[in-house]
Amino acid sequence: MNAYLPYVFCMILFCIGIYAILSKRNIIKIILGVVIAEYAVNLFFVLVAYKAGGRAAIFSETEVILPESMVDPLPHALVLTSIVIGLATTAFLIALAIRLYGKYGTFDITRMRELRG
Amino acid sequence: MIELYVLLGLMIAGAIIAIEVKNLLSAVVAVGIVGLGLSIIFILLKAPDVALTQIVVEIAALILLIRATIHRDIAEKSCGSRPFGAIMGILFLGLAVIAAFVTFNGGLNPFGEPLMTVSRFYPLDAVSGTGATNVVASVILDYRAYDTLGEATVLFTAVIGVLTVMRRLGKKKEEDLQDSK
Repeated sequence: MNAYLPYVFCMILFCIGIYAILSKRNIIKIILGVVIAEYAVNLFFVLVAYKAGGRAAIFSETEVILPESMVDPLPHALVLTSIVIGLATTAFLIALAIRLYGKYGTFDITRMRELRG
Repeated sequence: MIELYVLLGLMIAGAIIAIEVKNLLSAVVAVGIVGLGLSIIFILLKAPDVALTQIVVEIAALILLIRATIHRDIAEKSCGSRPFGAIMGILFLGLAVIAAFVTFNGGLNPFGEPLMTVSRFYPLDAVSGTGATNVVASVILDYRAYDTLGEATVLFTAVIGVLTVMRRLGKKKEEDLQDSK
């Protein structure tokens, strides 16, 4: 089980984010939950890519670096895309929250009557 | 790898503080612990490109969140939970734990042994195929360039969305009212 311990920590972080999204009433806390869950998913990808004793996936002119000694570069590329998209969605969520505060004067989602489905 | 576990513990502590603290500005600063700890973990896991991007994005997100919370409801009155949401939260967390056990017993490789069936090709071919010494840059800008194009599309769509939501409302209506008078 020790070989999976970083994944367990990562899953705990994800669960904290999900708990915040599902149970908090303040809209800023919900956005923070989304951000934390997103960080946990990015962390999971980079953890999966890690090779024990591996090197960063960069070649050098002055040093001989074997391709077999590198960590997996593909999840790193995917996570780079994911981080930037995460910033874009977070900015959009914050803009919605600021606009809702201007309309209702509160961040509490249970007091925003017109949002009830 | 003891420093990895220390940083992961620090991130979990920062996340719990961010979720449970009453003051919204303190919560936003506590999320900064999670983001910056994450960038140090990326450096430890030999992902320097991702770590640089994470630092920049984390600082930008913190500035936006502080813009949203400063001068507003700083002494937060109601940080209570929704009862239905708490029940759903417990249910969902139980499902997540079961899914994690299934994954650990199933196909997931142990930590430190990546499954390199697809990406074994990239380090071997990067220098001769694209001329880039950084394999990650060769993947995002050459082998999977359409992925980056889609990322830019999403980014600019989000910028349009933010501008649409944040524009000054009601300006046109007032002009219409004055015209009708």
